[in-house]
Amino acid sequence: MAENSEARIGVFLCHCGTNIAGSMSIDEVVDYAKTLPYVAHADQYQYMCSTPGQKKIADAIKEHNLTGIVVAACSPRLHEPTFRTATKEGGLNPFRFEMANIREQNAWVHMHGMHDESTAKAKDQVRIAVAKAALLEDLIPKSVPVEHAAMVVGAGVGGMQAALDLASAGIKTYLIEAQPTIGGRMSQLDKTFPTLDCSQCILTPKMVDVGRHPNIELLTYHEVEKVEGYIGNFDITIRKKARGVLTPTEATAKGIVGGGCNGCGDCSGVCPVIKPNPFEMGMAPRKAIYIYHAQVMPLIYTVDFDACVKCGLCVEACGEKKAIDLEMVDEFRQVKVGTVVLATGFDLIPIEEKKEWGYKRFENVINSLEFERLICASGPTGGHLVRPSDGKTPKAVGIVLCAGSRDNTGGVAKAYCSRFCCMYSLKHAHQMYEKIPGCKVYLFYMDIRSFGKAYEEFYYRIQNEGAKFIRGRVANILEDSDTKNLHVFAEDTLLGRPVDIEVDLVILAAATEPKDGANVVRKKFGVSASQDGWMLEAHPKLNPCGTTTAGVFLAGVCQGPKDIPDTVAQAEGAASAASIPIHMGEVELEPYFAMCMEELCAGCGMCVNLCPYSALALVEKDGRTVMQVTEAKCKGCGTCGGFCPGGAIKMQHFTTPQIVNQIHQFLTGGE
Amino acid sequence: MSDEWNPKIQAIICNWCSYAGADLAGGARIQYPPDIRAVRVMCTGRIDMLFILKAFVDGADGVLVSGCHFGDCHYLEGNYKAAKRMFMIKALMKNIGLDDKRFRMTFVSASEGAKWAKVMEDVSSKIKELGPSPIKEFQV
Repeated sequence: MAENSEARIGVFLCHCGTNIAGSMSIDEVVDYAKTLPYVAHADQYQYMCSTPGQKKIADAIKEHNLTGIVVAACSPRLHEPTFRTATKEGGLNPFRFEMANIREQNAWVHMHGMHDESTAKAKDQVRIAVAKAALLEDLIPKSVPVEHAAMVVGAGVGGMQAALDLASAGIKTYLIEAQPTIGGRMSQLDKTFPTLDCSQCILTPKMVDVGRHPNIELLTYHEVEKVEGYIGNFDITIRKKARGVLTPTEATAKGIVGGGCNGCGDCSGVCPVIKPNPFEMGMAPRKAIYIYHAQVMPLIYTVDFDACVKCGLCVEACGEKKAIDLEMVDEFRQVKVGTVVLATGFDLIPIEEKKEWGYKRFENVINSLEFERLICASGPTGGHLVRPSDGKTPKAVGIVLCAGSRDNTGGVAKAYCSRFCCMYSLKHAHQMYEKIPGCKVYLFYMDIRSFGKAYEEFYYRIQNEGAKFIRGRVANILEDSDTKNLHVFAEDTLLGRPVDIEVDLVILAAATEPKDGANVVRKKFGVSASQDGWMLEAHPKLNPCGTTTAGVFLAGVCQGPKDIPDTVAQAEGAASAASIPIHMGEVELEPYFAMCMEELCAGCGMCVNLCPYSALALVEKDGRTVMQVTEAKCKGCGTCGGFCPGGAIKMQHFTTPQIVNQIHQFLTGGE
Repeated sequence: MSDEWNPKIQAIICNWCSYAGADLAGGARIQYPPDIRAVRVMCTGRIDMLFILKAFVDGADGVLVSGCHFGDCHYLEGNYKAAKRMFMIKALMKNIGLDDKRFRMTFVSASEGAKWAKVMEDVSSKIKELGPSPIKEFQV
């Protein structure tokens, strides 16, 4: 086995209060650690991460002339940086530190009647850590400069806020949006709870700010194509989807002076192709050359090339502006940014798959976003709420809450709470009372979760306005085929009896799910997913905006369902976090790079093709072909080192001797 | 501790998914058998076949490799490359007469604490069913 006769290791066990000490005998493990080879000192403390605990490490390094430190405590994913700092304060290189995870992977998972097994496992874990610590080497982290630019993916209210904050902090910000306009879901809403602000009224000033900000480069109808690089130096290829229309700037660049789209809409007027407008949830028409709504930002028309028949009428109508190019193709460009904020948002689940509620089978069953458009003054009906079957004003409305949320029946149903449906459903009830005097509103609910500031008061207000709250999940909705009215069947669990209520219109407060395509973006940036499909934050409490990919941050619903205030708050948090490395100017990368041991390298080149980052290359050196690592590109995964037939690649901090020694000591050491 | 035989099982797991998943199982206090000892690597792609063979030579009753789900690798494709090597290990084990069920590769994401505990139970009970590694008889 690899020997290092000069190694002097200090072992420190943490009680973590009773978190660890409650499951095992710390004294026994400390006594055992003292018997291990290379261990020069072993100690314990109630909270190693506290200031006195860290001081113990620094003091012991000097007193016992230690060359390596092992702390047996919580997960290295939590406190490795803390103890590395303590190791450094004691005068050692911070990478001469190894952690034994005796809390998350021992004390907490072997709790009841497992005292002896837990103690035995902790001994093994300490022995394995000492085996590695004895072979650790000094490493110097590499500092790299950070590009003074950021990217925000998704321009809903979260992405816009993040972009505005970054840009206002003096950072060049690329705001990427897949749709032809910014604004996202919030621009589809009529009013916002609990203040009943008009959604467009508070959103459009922000949209204008985004469009005007000198530091924001607004890239609508663009998508992220490819991501390379690492924190500080992301090289991102973006796809400019063929829009078919030139902006004034693009037109000028092409020599068409005074040309480009000015948003007059003459083209749309003559276009013969009619398609449903997805912004209006398909309830209003748009042409093949279109804008979603009057307040779009930027005010540039877009050609839907899937629908366009290329008749050329729009080109004629556009005339001298020459804004329309029906032969336009997708273009690609590369931008370099230091950090990225993802704000990809949400969709409603395809609630038609919950067949018992009859969405898409019965005309008068609509989802909550359709209701928003129907009640909105700028919507397809000009704000006159009508029911789809006959255009009459509904006098009785049923609202089904938790439609697919908090539902463990599988399929499209989601186990989680979608969080904002309670509040917007209360708001829908209020809007009904406001617009249709004398109407009746029935809310079928499981619990009303009015958790935010002034939300509970809003709930009381709706109760006082006369809304009927029926506590029970809706079992079935049936249609009266003559009147197209709907019968809502549920159990009123407070009265303990079944109810059958006839209404004119049913609104399903459908569950949310990650935006279609968010998964593709997520994987491009190497961000993990939670079990429920939302993007995974680095830590649910202490790092809710960060991800496990350094330099990539999350804002808004892409991380989990959130209402507008929470989305904006998280966006500001993400923007702040994303601006830190940029303002610092440089970041330290963990020095886990691959290293070629040239005397062993046969120059076979097997590793070159394995590297996912193209960090390796063959070079001629002293008449031999050897591999060379570009450290700036290497992320330290070790895929090359795991395969090298000659063992010529040294993965720093995870070297073959270190790992082999860990395995050897676990299996052959011990009592 | 009781005198009954307890298997020694070596796990080598990746930092980003399975190690985080194991931490999550801890945070959620999901209990599982204490037979497995994990060594952390940044990516399963780092795992040299030598490590697994070394574990068996040293008398491991079972070896577990656990990484990210395909498509979710923090390093894009390290787990694909690891998985390819693991098939070679299985083939090699069959050739030398060692039951290849003693070796397993699983995919546990950072959000799958419960799955990690299930894997621990499955691996532990499978190895207990297979009994001590026959390689131990050849050890001096």
